[in-house]
Amino acid sequence: MNWGAFWLTVRLAGIVSTLLIAIGIPIAYWLTYSRWRWKFLVEAMVALPIVLPPTVLGFYLLVALGSRSPLGRWWESLTGHTLAFTFEGLVIGSLLYSLPFAVQPFAAAFGAVDSSLLRASASLGHSPLQTFRRIVLPLSKAGLVTGFALSFAHTLGEFGVVLMVGGNIPGVTRTISIDIFDRVQIADYHSANMTALVLLVISFLVLSVVYGLNRRPWAVGPWR
Amino acid sequence: MAVKAPPAKLASIQPISSELEVRLRKRFFNPEGSFNLNVHFRALAGFTILFGASGAGKTTLLDCIAGLVDPGDGRVSVGGADLYNAEKKLSVPAWKRRIGYVHQDLALFPHLTAEENVAYGLRDLNASERRVRAREIMNAFRIDQVRDRRPGQISGGERQRVALARALVTEPSALLLDEPLAALDRSTKSLLVGDLRKWNQNHRVPILFVTHNSEEVFALGDEVIMLEAGRIVAQGRPHEVMRAPQLETIARLSGFENVFSATVRAQNEDRGTMTCRLGGGKLELETPLVRAEVGSNVRIGVRAGDLLLAIEQPRGLSARNVLPGKILRLEQRDVIISAMVNCDGTEFEVHLTLGARDALQLVPGKEIWVVVKTHSCHLMGT
Repeated sequence: MNWGAFWLTVRLAGIVSTLLIAIGIPIAYWLTYSRWRWKFLVEAMVALPIVLPPTVLGFYLLVALGSRSPLGRWWESLTGHTLAFTFEGLVIGSLLYSLPFAVQPFAAAFGAVDSSLLRASASLGHSPLQTFRRIVLPLSKAGLVTGFALSFAHTLGEFGVVLMVGGNIPGVTRTISIDIFDRVQIADYHSANMTALVLLVISFLVLSVVYGLNRRPWAVGPWR
Repeated sequence: MAVKAPPAKLASIQPISSELEVRLRKRFFNPEGSFNLNVHFRALAGFTILFGASGAGKTTLLDCIAGLVDPGDGRVSVGGADLYNAEKKLSVPAWKRRIGYVHQDLALFPHLTAEENVAYGLRDLNASERRVRAREIMNAFRIDQVRDRRPGQISGGERQRVALARALVTEPSALLLDEPLAALDRSTKSLLVGDLRKWNQNHRVPILFVTHNSEEVFALGDEVIMLEAGRIVAQGRPHEVMRAPQLETIARLSGFENVFSATVRAQNEDRGTMTCRLGGGKLELETPLVRAEVGSNVRIGVRAGDLLLAIEQPRGLSARNVLPGKILRLEQRDVIISAMVNCDGTEFEVHLTLGARDALQLVPGKEIWVVVKTHSCHLMGT
């Protein structure tokens, strides 16, 4: 069991799912309440990581983060090194990779809040944002927890994006799933089994918490 | 206990005379088709009843006034200040209109306690003032005992009171009530009506009250506006409007299938009843006593479901009116049989079950007795 890789992965998943709450709520808010006619294009964009092979996403991320892209150059001028093959690069990659797993439960929860409550809140002098804070968010608690837990669990198990963007640097970008892959490569099945089991148990626990909280199946896919 | 006057700070921003003026035109599409809402009226401080069948456009009208629906054309103003003016392209957002709105489904916030619900609209005040004001009105509306409970844990009547208190505590400059009493039993209803009236004595604001219950019209109405398919068909004081011929359609829609014009023949004050002669015929009905002079004209509404039919002359009944007649025709509507019965020139519509029709072997032309309880006769326009 490689504890270094384990804690690195937990740290990555924790940071990503926390950041996704901050990023996902405004996006889900916009997706829920916007009446823009091309909104469905944005919805499709957000859902892309669900169907895209991680290597495709990872490939484009690698190009975007590399020293030839404007983003990569900007980061390099700021910090002195590129984003690719760093922990920060992994965080950015995982944010995109897990975005739909946060945004979709959020948006589903916001949309499920009875619109008559929003009307009542407006008649009682609350602006749409105040209404969102005092009515929609508290009533979407289960959806927020679901989004957090799903993006956490999803980030725990990512492989393709990590390999493309982060490479395999111990203590920096070597996550559990890559560690398992390495062990199998050198025929260390016992160690691979231990690590895989830990990942399996954690993922199952996280999902149990989510389902227990909701007591109803929810849609995670683009078929919502 | 009466609701106290608001603190001076809030009172000062209230217009002294807050007349609500509404002039709206909008084409709407709903499942039953489209119709035009086209209304123009003024509502002074006090109760103005919006009366009409469902689908007449009452709720849509309230939504337009509250700013929840954009009417597209017209003007809405309170106390002379425009809230909506299509010509000036002005539309104050709903949350800045200061119009209280109690919707039929109440829309209490399920995650807040009753007191938090009531205090919700007082966000400009500090926490202690909020609590004082919320408790004051909850006391006046007799819901202080459910303060710490959530909407899911209190009775329907209490929920209704919480919703009313929540809207009233914000000192709105106008109040829109969409059938706020619909789900209540009669005694709860009259208590609540009393509380509302008391509140209105201290807060002279226009109150638009939607109902399709004619009893509520008489109990509350200073003024009635009758709406039919998006248009105002009658407006005035309840007794004037209810006497108007337009009433008939509304009365039928609101559940009185039988509406008769009648003349008061005698007042039986000792029995609490009076005798009325129907239309031009000789038929007489004993009805509840109301203040009406002998010889004056009244209108009597009777629900088709409140009438009984008998194939033999019944004896030993408490009902005072047993009228011989003949079945003209029978119509089946879903699981209800609607029988038209001619009693000496006056036609009654009677609703009965399929089983009753078969058991009594009712067919057109059959001789029959119609039984009318005194208290099934509702006097209108007295």
